Amino acid sequence: MLEIRDLHATVADKPILKGLNLTVNPGEVHAIMGPNGSGKSTLANVLAGRDNYAITGGEALFEGKSLAKQEPEERAQAGLFLAFQYPVEIPGVSNMEFLKAALESVRGAQGKEEWDSVTLLRQARAACKQVNLDASFLKRGVNEGFSGGEKKRNEIMQMLLMEPKLALLDETDSGLDIDALQTVAKGVNSLRSPERGIVLVTHYQRLLDYIVPDFVHVLSNGQIIKSGGKELAHELEEKGYGWLTGEEESA
Amino acid sequence: MSQAELDKLIRSNYEAGFTTTVDTETLPPGLSEEVIRFLSAKKGEPEWMLEWRLDSYHKWLEMTPPDWAHLHHPPIDVNEVSFYSKPKSLDDAPKSLDEVDPELLATYEKLGIPLHEQEMLAGVAVDVVFDSSSVFTTFKEKLWEAGVIFCSISEAIQEYPELIQKYMGSVVPKGDNFYAALNSAVFSDGSFVYIPKGVRCPMELSTYFRINEANTGQFERTLIIADEGSYVSYLEGCTAPQRDENQLHAAVVELVAMPGAEIKYSTVQNWYPGDENGKGGIYNFVTKRGVAHDNSKISWTQVETGSAITWKYPSVILRGDNSIGEFYSVALTRHMQQADTGTKMIHLGKNTKSTIISKGISAGRSSNSYRGLVRISPRAENARNFTQCDSLLLGDTCGAHTFPYIESKNPSATIEHEATTSKVSDDQMFLCRQRGIDPEKAVSMIVNGFCKEVFKELPMEFAVEAGKLLEVSLEGAVG
Ligand SMILES: Nc1ncnc2c1ncn2[C@@H]1O[C@H](COP(=O)(O)OP(=O)(O)O)[C@@H](O)[C@H]1O
Ligand SMILES: [Mg+2]
Repeated sequence: MLEIRDLHATVADKPILKGLNLTVNPGEVHAIMGPNGSGKSTLANVLAGRDNYAITGGEALFEGKSLAKQEPEERAQAGLFLAFQYPVEIPGVSNMEFLKAALESVRGAQGKEEWDSVTLLRQARAACKQVNLDASFLKRGVNEGFSGGEKKRNEIMQMLLMEPKLALLDETDSGLDIDALQTVAKGVNSLRSPERGIVLVTHYQRLLDYIVPDFVHVLSNGQIIKSGGKELAHELEEKGYGWLTGEEESA
Repeated sequence: MSQAELDKLIRSNYEAGFTTTVDTETLPPGLSEEVIRFLSAKKGEPEWMLEWRLDSYHKWLEMTPPDWAHLHHPPIDVNEVSFYSKPKSLDDAPKSLDEVDPELLATYEKLGIPLHEQEMLAGVAVDVVFDSSSVFTTFKEKLWEAGVIFCSISEAIQEYPELIQKYMGSVVPKGDNFYAALNSAVFSDGSFVYIPKGVRCPMELSTYFRINEANTGQFERTLIIADEGSYVSYLEGCTAPQRDENQLHAAVVELVAMPGAEIKYSTVQNWYPGDENGKGGIYNFVTKRGVAHDNSKISWTQVETGSAITWKYPSVILRGDNSIGEFYSVALTRHMQQADTGTKMIHLGKNTKSTIISKGISAGRSSNSYRGLVRISPRAENARNFTQCDSLLLGDTCGAHTFPYIESKNPSATIEHEATTSKVSDDQMFLCRQRGIDPEKAVSMIVNGFCKEVFKELPMEFAVEAGKLLEVSLEGAVG
């Protein structure tokens, strides 16, 4: 469902991704690991279509269509979801209002049946419960005054409702205590299905104890320098990134 | 989001910009004693009213327009303004809706103001002022039963001269300022409300103003008296057709809250703001003020998206002990619009309390200023004020300014002031768009969220309308 070939991308005209290749098939869970500043968030943002993140070479296809030509909202409507590393606050816009607008657009575009407000509220409450957020969070402004952990759980709550085809999670584990981490992992695992692709961007292997990936990739200096199975994550845990990135430098 | 995209978003059409073809009787432009005499005679006013107008006129002749506001416009030449325009068919005031000119009714229907009683939003009485004349007041009888007087100011001059003579000019004196003096000399029509002692007005009262005729000024005058222990909620809405010339609007609103009374005054104003290049639009110079006696409360809520120029400071004189004044405002400017608006809270009584929440949204090449005065007089023991003043910028070619003045002459006063300036951030836009929400909807959602604290002060139907108005004002060619 996601085909990335020799992708080059810039952030504010600065080259960050330098020939990245990655294929994600339906049903697969991929983990992308790598040191800080290696370009993990850049990849996620390029795929989701953030302003200032430009594809300068290669291609990224989602469901056979080039992402480069699509507006961010079109990508979302096509089923691409990004759980943000730093979810932003939108004061005064209630979570519920926000979800309503999002679901109307995305479900509409996907030809799914429209949820009336009663259904929407029921579904939203269930999703909150799944990530251990009190239903009162639905009435609050989007991320407004939420703690770091609450923001992350709020992202997963939205993801559960939006039922994306491809979910990109950018460091969803960072800043979570062990209980919250397990809650989030449970939420993500509940979305695992043969039709859905999941890409976990993470700095630590900790999350991967709970969401066991099919593939692990190491990103360094804008390229995937090593791929493997879940055991690669453990190896990284033991040895750190140095042996790989160092190897890369001397090669 | 780029500046070009933002610009596109805020370039929208003015939905109320049509004109109505009605046969009118319009006075040639210019102002003189003769014009005032003509006006007064036309309305069959008593001698004292004419004297009052002429006295105002003479005061006005001595005055100059205020120049302290953060506004730039060519001098206003009153000799180009017509001070009287009236649809001819209103000459014999309609007794029922059936007698109202169908063209006029159609105009209001187009504006979404349902005049037919059966179509009315339950419990809203509407007084419609079309150019200078009051068209019809609905629900008069129901109000009459409750002892509430709700009629045009012209009618009140005839029917309730004692009340008019006692209260008109008691809050905004004839010579208060240039525009108020002008209004006092030439005011055309407007609404009058009296709520008797202890009566809770059984419905929201509403006036809908519309400027139709080219080159006419609209000088309406509203007087609301809430007698002891009474309550009234009053809504005012305004639109004007799209015209290339600037039209002058100089209104005066006076509120009197007797001991224990409460007046809630809400305005949704979308006078034509002019086009992208600043051509046309209403010049809106308004004096709104209320006096709050012991234990009474006055709150002003305004949502302003229109007018080329807005000069407006709805104020409360907290005369009585324990009185409360509130000001909740949303002012949106785009294109070349200029707004200098805010409030004055004058604390005279003990334990008086005021709250000011101002939300300014600027887009395009507009300029949006908040100007507020909080004055605590020496005998106002334990006065409290809270002011919050937030500006939201859409793009970087617009300006937001804040001019808060605080004069405290009593050390027991508690005054808090908070101010913020923010932008619709790229991160917020991206979060919305990543969730499938198109940019147009995203901006309107974010702006609405920014205004929430003010919208929640509006009566329900008005809050919905205000939200829609913002959406329309921000609508563009995207999608
Ligand atoms: N807005 C930006 N402007 C300029 N450089 C940026 C911007 N965002 C990220 N970068 C740079 O891009 C590189 C990759 O960053 P990022 O993708 O956030 O890394 P990671 O998520 O792997 O920690 C870093 O060198 C970072 O400084
Ligand atoms: Mg990152």
